[in-house]
Amino acid sequence: MTLLSVRDLTVTLMTGSGPADAVRKLSFDVNKGEILGIAGESGSGKTMTALSILGLLPYKGKASGSIRFDGEELVDFKPKDFRRIRGRDVAMIFQDPMTSLHPMLTIETQLTEHLRHHRKISKSAARAKVLELLDTVKIPDPAAALRAHPSQFSGGMRQRIAIAMALACDPKLLIADEPTTALDVTVQAGILTLLDDLRKKNNLSVMVITHDLGVLSALTDRLLIMYAGSEVESGPTAQLLTSPRHPYTKGLIDALPDSQSDGKRLLAIEGMPPELGKFPSGCAFHTRCAFAKAECSAGAPTKVGISTDRRIFCSVDPFLASQGGSR
Amino acid sequence: MKDLILDVKDLAVEYTRGDLKVRAVAGVDLQLGAGEILGLVGESGCGKSTLGKAAVGILDRAEGDVTFDGKSVAKIGRGKRDPHFLSLQMIFQDPYGSLNPRRKIGEQIADGPVIQGMNRSDAIEKAKSLLERVGLPANAVDRFPHQFSGGQRQRIAIARALAINPRVIVADEPISALDTSSQAAVANLLVNLVEEFQMGMIFISHDLSIVRRISDRVAVMYLGKIVETGRTEEIWNSPSHPYTKALMSAIPHADGKAFMPLDLPGDVPNPAYPPSGCRFHPRCPMAMASCATEVPKQIALADGRKVSCVLQSEGAAVKTLNFAK
Repeated sequence: MTLLSVRDLTVTLMTGSGPADAVRKLSFDVNKGEILGIAGESGSGKTMTALSILGLLPYKGKASGSIRFDGEELVDFKPKDFRRIRGRDVAMIFQDPMTSLHPMLTIETQLTEHLRHHRKISKSAARAKVLELLDTVKIPDPAAALRAHPSQFSGGMRQRIAIAMALACDPKLLIADEPTTALDVTVQAGILTLLDDLRKKNNLSVMVITHDLGVLSALTDRLLIMYAGSEVESGPTAQLLTSPRHPYTKGLIDALPDSQSDGKRLLAIEGMPPELGKFPSGCAFHTRCAFAKAECSAGAPTKVGISTDRRIFCSVDPFLASQGGSR
Repeated sequence: MKDLILDVKDLAVEYTRGDLKVRAVAGVDLQLGAGEILGLVGESGCGKSTLGKAAVGILDRAEGDVTFDGKSVAKIGRGKRDPHFLSLQMIFQDPYGSLNPRRKIGEQIADGPVIQGMNRSDAIEKAKSLLERVGLPANAVDRFPHQFSGGQRQRIAIARALAINPRVIVADEPISALDTSSQAAVANLLVNLVEEFQMGMIFISHDLSIVRRISDRVAVMYLGKIVETGRTEEIWNSPSHPYTKALMSAIPHADGKAFMPLDLPGDVPNPAYPPSGCRFHPRCPMAMASCATEVPKQIALADGRKVSCVLQSEGAAVKTLNFAK
């Protein structure tokens, strides 16, 4: 069942040289109990997509198109409407948990305050709920943790507390923006296991945004790869990682140190991702693509649908034959 | 090992926190040869950067010695440094913090050669050719750091380190702050430079997958000590210390198999209060009662690697580690 349905989402930001589209005609769905991964380099519009769902776009930022969440149209929402659902139905965790935790308040103050803002419950009931949450996210000794301040915890523990806060009001959708990028691999593994458990137990829907394909492979059901604000390829995670069809997806996978290449050299995608407001015409990737033809710079790339949930935006589709696909 | 160039012997480094003495590096032996990349891995807070800084002389030693090309490395101070140590260089993680924002790129790269006695116009010419060597246009000499992206700044920092023909570079997380597409390119550049100039490089990183790719040897560090060191492929194929295995099992793989990485419980303990016995025993999935009291000796295994764990025996082949789940 579809919880979030985004159609032709365009996010326009105000830059020094006028308005520029950071997200361009993006469409995707998140089903109940599903984990969707959004991957791409910095500046590809991943975070702006997430912020538009929460009504947190930067000053003068504007979303158009359609964002249907749980029966409501978020594109028409006023700030007051967003305040009602934000933190309650849709929650978000960020790369640096210190940005979502107040350094001067105890864990108890910030977690119960949040809970009592959205739910009419007593202080003691809120406290009991918070203890339960800290236990769910596997904080050792939750009672002691309540009296502590954020600075007394390690990065991994802070991210667990941020997750506990996000879960406080039983959200339907959790958006995790680079949730493990700042953490060590060992700590990252713990957070990934936790998110996976939560999805299984609470039937939680999660949107994970990261450039780390390893994290996405461990956690997600489906993947959406973005470049310069647009989708280049999407589909079931295993399929997409084992048989990428878009040259950009293929490039990202080949650049991983795990991938087979000879000797000590890593394969890199030539060039840099384009800056906001300077996205190339036609297929934005054509300037870095080894397979680009004349038509790629002219018009928007052709959409290729392999199945109902797998699609590629590429007019050349160079890996079509090698993978026995069909158009 | 061919041409030993940097030799770290029983090194200890201490920080003072109030009355407390914190031993961030507690007895480390490392050797680095010319033309070799040594990967130094471990979680944050285990002393990797402290070890790197002490190796080039930025930090003082509490115990032990570091010799570079036969001479004991002196601490960097206000006085003039022995020119011998100019060819021992360091590259830092943050290319935004390591370049002076108010000076032109060319001036900053030329500083080293000028100190070595070259005149400034020749040094600027040298800076131009170095910038081209690291993949930037020669006219970048007249620009300022803010005009470059993170990956380009790291290339500038590398060019600056190369300006005095270094024989050893300690690179502290040189690619961690960079975007995915520049990571691979900068890593490749470092590999090429090490081969071209036959330098030795200590590559400090928490990213094991990249270390596995580019380094000849690996040293795994935990709470101020090296727990295992040896050839990269051998360690990768059969880790002999449980910490090495735990670190490797925590890496997620983008193979589409939905493999959930191993969750090693707990964090690196506070180095001010290191656990007794083997420092890893409170988190070790294979710890035995004796691990809490006895400090494991460093032993050499049949394939030449060194490990500090009671599960392995001196001179024997690696005993395969199995974590019960």
